[in-house]
Amino acid sequence: MTSARFADRAFHLLGLTVLVLALGMLGALLVDVARDGLGRVSWSFLTGYPSRRASASGLLPALAGSLWLVGLTALMAVPVGVGAAIGLEEYGGRGRLARLAEVNIANLAGVPSVVYGLLGLGVFVQVLRWDRSLLAGAGTLALLILPIVIITSREALRGVPASVREASLALGATKWQTVWHQVLPMALPGLLTGLILAVSRALGETAPLIVIGALSYVPFVPDGPRSPFTALPIQIYTWVSRPREGFRANAAATILVLLAVLLVINGLAIVARDRAARRRSA
Amino acid sequence: MSRLAQRARERVIEGGLAVCAGLSLVTTAGIVAVLTWETVAFFRDVSPLAFFTGRTWTPLFFNQQFGVLPLVAGTLLVAAIALATAVPAGVISALYLSEYAPPRVRRVAKPALEVLAGIPTVVYGYFALLFVTPWLQQWIPGLTGYNALAAGLVLGVMVLPLVSSLSEDALSAVPPGLREAAFALGATRLQAAVGVVLPAAWSGVSAAVILAMSRAIGETMIVAIAAGQQPRLTASPLVPIETMTAYIVQVSLGDVPAGTTAYRTIFAVGTLLFAGTFVLNLCSDWLRRRVPGAVR
Amino acid sequence: MCAPLQRSACALALLAASGLAGCGSDAAAVRTVVAVDGSSTVAPLTEAVAEDFQRAYPGTRVTIGVAGTGGGFRRFCRGDVDVANASRPITRTETAACAAAGIRFLEVPVAYDGIVIAVHPSNTWVDALSVDDLRRLWRHEAEGQVLRWSQVRGSFPDREMHLFGAGVDSGTFDYFTGVVTGVPRDSRGDYTSSENDNTLVQGVATDPLALGYFGFAYFEEHREYLKAVPIVAAPGTTAVPPSRDAIRAGAYHPLSRPIFVYVNADALAARADLAAFVDYYAEHAADVADDVGYVALDAAALRAVRVRVAARTTGSLFGGRQDSASLARTLTARLALDPAP
Repeated sequence: MTSARFADRAFHLLGLTVLVLALGMLGALLVDVARDGLGRVSWSFLTGYPSRRASASGLLPALAGSLWLVGLTALMAVPVGVGAAIGLEEYGGRGRLARLAEVNIANLAGVPSVVYGLLGLGVFVQVLRWDRSLLAGAGTLALLILPIVIITSREALRGVPASVREASLALGATKWQTVWHQVLPMALPGLLTGLILAVSRALGETAPLIVIGALSYVPFVPDGPRSPFTALPIQIYTWVSRPREGFRANAAATILVLLAVLLVINGLAIVARDRAARRRSA
Repeated sequence: MSRLAQRARERVIEGGLAVCAGLSLVTTAGIVAVLTWETVAFFRDVSPLAFFTGRTWTPLFFNQQFGVLPLVAGTLLVAAIALATAVPAGVISALYLSEYAPPRVRRVAKPALEVLAGIPTVVYGYFALLFVTPWLQQWIPGLTGYNALAAGLVLGVMVLPLVSSLSEDALSAVPPGLREAAFALGATRLQAAVGVVLPAAWSGVSAAVILAMSRAIGETMIVAIAAGQQPRLTASPLVPIETMTAYIVQVSLGDVPAGTTAYRTIFAVGTLLFAGTFVLNLCSDWLRRRVPGAVR
Repeated sequence: MCAPLQRSACALALLAASGLAGCGSDAAAVRTVVAVDGSSTVAPLTEAVAEDFQRAYPGTRVTIGVAGTGGGFRRFCRGDVDVANASRPITRTETAACAAAGIRFLEVPVAYDGIVIAVHPSNTWVDALSVDDLRRLWRHEAEGQVLRWSQVRGSFPDREMHLFGAGVDSGTFDYFTGVVTGVPRDSRGDYTSSENDNTLVQGVATDPLALGYFGFAYFEEHREYLKAVPIVAAPGTTAVPPSRDAIRAGAYHPLSRPIFVYVNADALAARADLAAFVDYYAEHAADVADDVGYVALDAAALRAVRVRVAARTTGSLFGGRQDSASLARTLTARLALDPAP
């Protein structure tokens, strides 16, 4: 075997090894979390409230807070994001303003989440005086995921063939009728995929919520958008910092719950993606 | 509906959509406005020279010092460790997936890497503090509980999928003709990959690396949990440090009153962070727009 | 023609609009929440009391923030919270701020706490430290200068020192610096500072070269991971290790102190749920204190506090100062001298 051949084989092995190691880290993380937390996941844990005794603690407030947050964030971000995507994709053209918007959105997607937290602090907490409420948290997260929603929605819209639009216009429909009745339904699975991905990003965010002032001890379920709140990632952060073994188990169990929720959400995204593929090929 | 009414309705809808699209510009304007407002006020009390060149950061203490270098050093140290992990591993796995891997492996590996990217960062922080650090302490006796090494390694694993998938995109965008020409001349896959395809995809791969650097610099939870809360100008990865992002979180957890110089430090640091990542993102964007496969 | 999918989109949009519109009218809703903020040292005790209280009174909720004693007082004197957790007495400045905002307060000592100087269990060279040692280690002149164990005492190894301590919004910080350096808030800044004592415990427990200070309750809870350093109060006296009895008797000196909650007197009179909570706290703090790692007040102090709370006596016993002498002794003395009318 020549040295070039040998190098080739060696690199093949190296590539495989690197991949296995990287995914092995993922496996190690999951195994570690499962080992620490699986025993702790129970109905009483899911429906209980925080307590000074680790074994009696539960994460209902955090779970409820996260679900509330995700709901409010989606309500705020989805109409605006999809609307912006439609505006840019269907009406925007290739003008300077449209290109500026595109560059701007791409940059916003790369801004660190903690800076969005500072934005939320400055605007929602100080100026609008929404204080440490779910509204402030959801508003901040909505701004954070808006670029993602816009970018993925535009991709979904782009996937609709031009022939559909042209046919609709040829039949006498207005631009908006075309969008509403033809383009959107066809792009819907792709839109859903993008929205779900954006929402799962919002679910896992911690830093912006800390910056706007989410509390660590909230022993009740939120009762409205202006309620103080806590969320699953914040609960994990709080429990991680407590060295007692019991709280480490709680943190691990909460991570399992969070990952489970994310798995369900992303599973839905995959199903939606498959439906889109089948629809388009039909 | 009459044509006039219909057109009016269309106009209104178009207006609404334009407003939605404009909101993204408003967001950027908002970020810039909030950051600038507080930072300008900050620099009225603290000299920019002291801020950018000072080597001690104790804005909350008796002897207030506002030299931001320790925070910047902490951020760059962790980012450097992360990149040292993610770039070689990411590029190698991209090359492997693009040039070597059979379709079966690709079908499993690609979604798996996406999962790696989708895990919340607070979970990675947990992993770094409670698993990686104790494990490293077995091999490195002087390693303290909070350190840059564990945080950097885990951060590297987190950005690896970014490097890998973007590099792979760049590699796939190289015209197959180049690859085939290399094979026709008798090159092995490795020689073709490293000698021809990789250089052709260079701008795309560089874009990926720069974007990864931007992500690493902007990351908060992993470093807030595992890297420590002690601003310290050091190159040692074995001791507690503090990054810019962790500092913002630390102050937010307390209750420094709005309007004080100490409060404004989070915005000054935030501005630095925003400016840094913004520049990196622009570079990455510019590199990605360049035509891939251009042979020099 | 509106297909089902479009219909749900329409509905979603309407819901969003109405939801956001309804938020404005929410403004002056009646609070059924007892909001507490302040010291992270006192928080575990308040959490324990709140937990039991909420079981007894399910209609009221208690939220607890941990912004630090200073942060808690700021919110208290703005009227943002009705109860402030504090690990030191209210200062003159803070009293003035409250007076300016028209806020009168009840000062309720709830337990004793000690500040423990902790090191890693494998640290064999430290057997005791004097207050003078601590002063030379923690005053602001030490910043950047005193970086090695051998600089604290020549007999210690010449190795790096990693310091952990309270954050600047923490009452623990105010009290420790006041007692150790003589000037409150006079401290070096180059250490790992956190309002969260758990972070400090983690730091010390995983670093053989570390030294940190934090509340006794946190030491008690993680006793197996740490080693406490006995303190020599004055030259010639014996070193006293921190313990429940030493703190209660005032023997662990000068690092033991009472911890407090401060209550808004007018809110207390106006709100039945707040009154229930405060009375419950005064009644049951002693029962829970040991459970959470604090030191229950001695019987005499407890009686005096209960009488003061029942009579709703306002004002501080400490004149806004943090005495460098043991606050525990001071509390008992003051309570004896100034029983409620």
